[in-house]
Amino acid sequence: MELIYLLFILVLSVFLGFALISRVPPLLHTPLMSEANAICGIIIIGALISAGVEANSPLTIILGTAAVALATFNVVGGYLVTERMLKMFRKK
Amino acid sequence: MEGSSMNNEFLMNLIYIVSSVLFAFGLKFLGSPVTARRGNMLSASGMLLAVLATMGQGHIINPQWILLGIIIGASLGALVAFKAAMTQMPEMIALLHGCGALASVFVDWIAYRVHGATDLTNAVTLYISIVIGGLTFTGSAIAWGKLSGRISGKSILFTGQKWLNISIITAILILGVMYIMHPAYNLFLMILGLSCIFGVFMVIPIGGADMPVVISVLNSYSGVVACTTGFVIHNTLLIVVGALVGANGIILSIIMCKAMNRSITNVLFGAFGNVVKKAASGEKKEAKAVSVEDAFLILENAKSVVIIPGYGLAVAQAQHAVRELGELLEKNGADVKYAIHPVAGRMPGHMNVLLAEANISYDQLLEMDAINPLMETVDVAIIIGANDVVNPASRHDKSSPIYGMPIINADKAKTVFVLKRSMATGFAGIENELFYYDNCRMIFGDAKQTVQALVAEFKSSQQH
Repeated sequence: MELIYLLFILVLSVFLGFALISRVPPLLHTPLMSEANAICGIIIIGALISAGVEANSPLTIILGTAAVALATFNVVGGYLVTERMLKMFRKK
Repeated sequence: MEGSSMNNEFLMNLIYIVSSVLFAFGLKFLGSPVTARRGNMLSASGMLLAVLATMGQGHIINPQWILLGIIIGASLGALVAFKAAMTQMPEMIALLHGCGALASVFVDWIAYRVHGATDLTNAVTLYISIVIGGLTFTGSAIAWGKLSGRISGKSILFTGQKWLNISIITAILILGVMYIMHPAYNLFLMILGLSCIFGVFMVIPIGGADMPVVISVLNSYSGVVACTTGFVIHNTLLIVVGALVGANGIILSIIMCKAMNRSITNVLFGAFGNVVKKAASGEKKEAKAVSVEDAFLILENAKSVVIIPGYGLAVAQAQHAVRELGELLEKNGADVKYAIHPVAGRMPGHMNVLLAEANISYDQLLEMDAINPLMETVDVAIIIGANDVVNPASRHDKSSPIYGMPIINADKAKTVFVLKRSMATGFAGIENELFYYDNCRMIFGDAKQTVQALVAEFKSSQQH
């Protein structure tokens, strides 16, 4: 049953994504992509949960810490670079 | 204890809903440059909320490692975000795709080591997740290398490449069936390893001007991986965000392919059937060159000018010089517009970012469909570092490889200037017949130096 519930969320989110993103003008496609990178860093919440599950195995700790670092890199790098780009789009 | 944990989880999921809404609004506000920064802010606050809610949920056992990861990731992220030049955006985006995918793979890996494959659904989603995650990671790494010039940006082909790819895919599929029936750890590692190898072979045959499609496809994959990881660890927010990012990549890939009049399979696998480039045929015509001084005299009398940038503009770093020329032309009474083809550059929107960086007002940046009806009224079209996207052969020459590709109709302008280093062909490897048209003049040399020379002509004429 839970699978159906997750698939439900998936399908509706795909529709939402198509509706929202098809309205972004080509002018902003590069910031759109870096924004997508930033929100893709949401894997950080998966990393936080996983990094905290089993402290006794060194491999798990390494993988967990690396996952947190990589995801944070995406979040921080993605949002900051998007902000930097969007600041440049000015109208005179 | 059980009750409070339930409540915590309920609260966490409530906050996840708020985060999803903030992410959605963030994308919605990207619909206009006026609201875009607000959107980015909303999206970032959604992310912060989600992170705080997850940490507050109370399952965090070893905070010192998490803190270490956050410090490393945040400082590197900030460093790269502030240091990257706008011309380097395509490689930066490729790097972020790769990191996101690798993080997802690690989360899958931990999930497998801690819980194993708990049921059929789990085994299948884990399998999909590590296959796409692995190939997205190495594929993005190769794309990053190509875009940053660390490895050759050209299409890399060797004999037997097709069969090698087919055998790797077959192996991944067979191992997948075995894994789903009996999820052993060594099968998990073999699938992950093969997927990483496949990612390399997937991207190396794709060259230069096809990179916008590759970047968009990898973007979509990075979303799919986040999504499948959401299924593996039963996290709804990962599924929502993964779906949004996946949809983003699909839309951009479709736009890029339409702008090249090619199918996605042709871009991704076309290099294999298409090694021999069409030889230049027919009688040799003479392209007419013009000096900077003569070009200036024509520009001085122009009432409307359209500048058409391509990847060459980024290579020559000519965006600031171009802005200066544009301002001088406007001061001289000309109407100046910039015409941007969807696949100009190495990623979607590449040219817009460069010109915005040079402080050009975004209402002067026009899309192909907006500028084409106006081209016949334009006095001078200046093509800077673009080639295939202005080749009129696409309109009438059925034998041309780019036949049917939508182009910017630069040839319809009264006079066309082409700033180019030499008569070398563009990415598609074909002659551009525009160069031999009667209204076309070539200005040979480095684009930046040529534009600067034109700027100098304008300045000296104003002093007299």
